[in-house]
Amino acid sequence: MSNQWRWAVLLLPLLAFLLLVVFLLRGLFSDPTELSSALVGKPVPQFSVPDLYDPSQTYTQDVLRGEPLLLNVWATWCPTCRAEHEYLNQLAAQGVPIVGLNYKDDSRDKAVSWLNTLGDPYRLNLFDADGAVALELGVYGAPETFLIDADGLIRYRHVGDVNERVWQGELGQRYRALLTPGEG
Amino acid sequence: MGGFRTTLFVALTLVMTLTLAGQPAHAQDLEVYTFDEPAKEAVFQELIDELRCPKCQNQSIADSDAALARDLRDRTYLMVKSGASKQEVIDFMVARYGDFVHYQPPMTVATSILWWGPIAVLVIGGLVVLVRVRSQRSSEVELSPEDRLRLAELREAQKKDDDS
Repeated sequence: MSNQWRWAVLLLPLLAFLLLVVFLLRGLFSDPTELSSALVGKPVPQFSVPDLYDPSQTYTQDVLRGEPLLLNVWATWCPTCRAEHEYLNQLAAQGVPIVGLNYKDDSRDKAVSWLNTLGDPYRLNLFDADGAVALELGVYGAPETFLIDADGLIRYRHVGDVNERVWQGELGQRYRALLTPGEG
Repeated sequence: MGGFRTTLFVALTLVMTLTLAGQPAHAQDLEVYTFDEPAKEAVFQELIDELRCPKCQNQSIADSDAALARDLRDRTYLMVKSGASKQEVIDFMVARYGDFVHYQPPMTVATSILWWGPIAVLVIGGLVVLVRVRSQRSSEVELSPEDRLRLAELREAQKKDDDS
């Protein structure tokens, strides 16, 4: 009996130490800039913004309902947005609906000429000149990509560029799960 | 010579510390935010020091000159100016940017270990010490009558040796 206790006394600190090691190792390899969105599971906030091409046309949050889609926050001043742009073109060609939210860009013309040059993967182009919509979404940098389901609920937020690895990873998996009925 | 250099060094350090301590290291010119009530200005100052810039993670939105920090300062200003309380502004920011945005995170299951961990370590350590001390005390062997007799004889013999 007392021998068993002796073992427990010896093993307990070791266990505590191993737990601490696991915890600290996880911290070492986690990316502190990847914050999970506070809006996951919540509906897209209300907004009203003009179209990027046509200032007389305005859109509300209702345009983000109906089917699972990606909301991509981008700007011409953002180098990573350029890096991911070709992959977005590919996703759009595969039939993935993407809505673009142009975030505090230098000018409307600059954004339009970017899309004319590099291609326009977006089904809709929202023009958020003062960043008001982005603030409602908790955007803290571009690019960010939100996964929104058919009911207009935010399901996931990816910070950084979208590429093949990301699309095979959590973002793409969650999107594909939303397409399968009875899941997600 | 060495003494002079040390004195100079201490004096310089002192001067620099005092100069820096006198001025809060705010990145932007706070003069642009004007308030009609001093109370609101105080709330605003507290808020921009307590709210954390999500982009530049180790700075408050008062310290950071990132564009996002400016946006958050502007929004804080507008909200405070139009009569929002401190808690309302914090709730607004946390709803959008998460607990991360506030430098005083709430106590949740995930953060409770930070609050209670050190106390738990102290209590557990204290208990271990207590148990060990007690078990040592109880392990002191009670002498049998024969042993007592033998001990007394040995002491007696020792005493005689010393005396002779």
